[in-house]
Amino acid sequence: MATKTEILAAQRANQPAALTNDEVLRYSRHLIMPEVGMEGQLKLKQAKVLCIGAGGLGAPVGLYLAAAGVGRIGLVDFDSVDFTNLQRQVLFGSSDVGRPKIEAAAERLRTLNPAIQIDSLETRLSSDNALDLFKDYDIIVDGTDNFPTRYLVNDACVLLGKPNVYGSIFRFEGQITIFSYPGGPCYRCLYPEPPPPGLVPSCAEGGVLGVLPGIVGTIQTAETLKLILGKGDPLIGRLLLFDALAMKFRELKLRRNPECPVCGDHPTVTHLIDYAEFCGIRGEEAPAPQTSVPDITPRELKSRLDRGDDLYILDVREPHEYQICNLGGHLIPLGDLSRRVSELDSSREIVAHCRSGKRSAEAVEYLRQAGFRKIWNLKGGILAWSDEVDPSVPKY
Amino acid sequence: MPVKVIIPTALRPYAGKQESVELQAATVQEALSSLTSQFAELKKHLFADDGRLRSFVNVYVNDEDIRYLQKDQTRVREGDIISIVPSIAGGTRNKI
Repeated sequence: MATKTEILAAQRANQPAALTNDEVLRYSRHLIMPEVGMEGQLKLKQAKVLCIGAGGLGAPVGLYLAAAGVGRIGLVDFDSVDFTNLQRQVLFGSSDVGRPKIEAAAERLRTLNPAIQIDSLETRLSSDNALDLFKDYDIIVDGTDNFPTRYLVNDACVLLGKPNVYGSIFRFEGQITIFSYPGGPCYRCLYPEPPPPGLVPSCAEGGVLGVLPGIVGTIQTAETLKLILGKGDPLIGRLLLFDALAMKFRELKLRRNPECPVCGDHPTVTHLIDYAEFCGIRGEEAPAPQTSVPDITPRELKSRLDRGDDLYILDVREPHEYQICNLGGHLIPLGDLSRRVSELDSSREIVAHCRSGKRSAEAVEYLRQAGFRKIWNLKGGILAWSDEVDPSVPKY
Repeated sequence: MPVKVIIPTALRPYAGKQESVELQAATVQEALSSLTSQFAELKKHLFADDGRLRSFVNVYVNDEDIRYLQKDQTRVREGDIISIVPSIAGGTRNKI
């Protein structure tokens, strides 16, 4: 009795087309395996996969889908290549910095495999265009980097009945699963609501091991290929958790929630919504609300220091950041502040700083609540200091 | 019952940088309570003001989501592993 996967894959495989001699040679390592064979390779050739995001996750997804001979690959990204991307976004080279990611990505993939169709969709995915963009593809791969888009991709996939091969990363940890497969859970079954803005750090704030999106994206691609081929056990109803530091994989069971507002038995979400609003307003209160704290600009700080004012500089970054660059401040990492607050003299004027001004704002808020009155946040952090006062200070 | 609670990367700074914590508990509620008494800062990241688990944090006992067991009354046995799994997205900060 054929499994659901096999039936659906068979339905997706249109009438048999042929492989050219070149293709037979190119994919010979696929063809000699019974799990792929001519039949499987033809399914790959006829498959249409849309990858949302051409960044850390999109890079291995695009590369390995193209290498495998997926006949039509769509890439959606509106961003340009940034120098800091090169640490992990291996679709790009140094000479691509400043180019639209889609353009550089399509060029790279066509070099790898000239015979496939690459659709470059340099657009910002939104509720207005998602359904239209997705409808021509069989499988959507979620390689995005923010919560509103993840919910958008999820909802669009459920509404259209398309599987969503999901991967996400943080520092050295990853999650992979397949959402919105008929009968299986969707993203909202797992996470009905997003975290409040600012609670979960981004790569820019938390950092990421460069190889991590490589590993997670490649696993996403393996799952995509399995769906197309109808082989193996796909990660439907299974959340794969990966910890690169411990080099451990764990697996948790995911279930479809019958009360899910999107994919449940009585869905209440029947069209795409405003996801920015969903993530901004419906998210719960952040535990450390970003109230406005008294601040000082780098230029103002410089003037005061030049004047000889007795200011105490408090640096709330981590020791490894202090080694990259510092203003000679007294280092108390934010996480240690509550334990080391006795090192600070509340009678002195204190300027707190971090990298970009966010952590130091939290520090100032905490210290004000602890009774400190002469304390300011360095607006924009050491990055702004580098921009406005001393360009010799490296930015990171 | 001695159980292990696995702390996800995003929350390790609030749990003394530990990746897992061993503690004694009979239910998930007891385990999380014990955890947040040990690490006060963790509490506000796991629980909303009304005391309920935040909706973007899931808790598993071994490989089962507690929402499909007995929620925070799910009993735990010796050697059980409680996993805290928050949603992560990587990449850019939330664009609002």
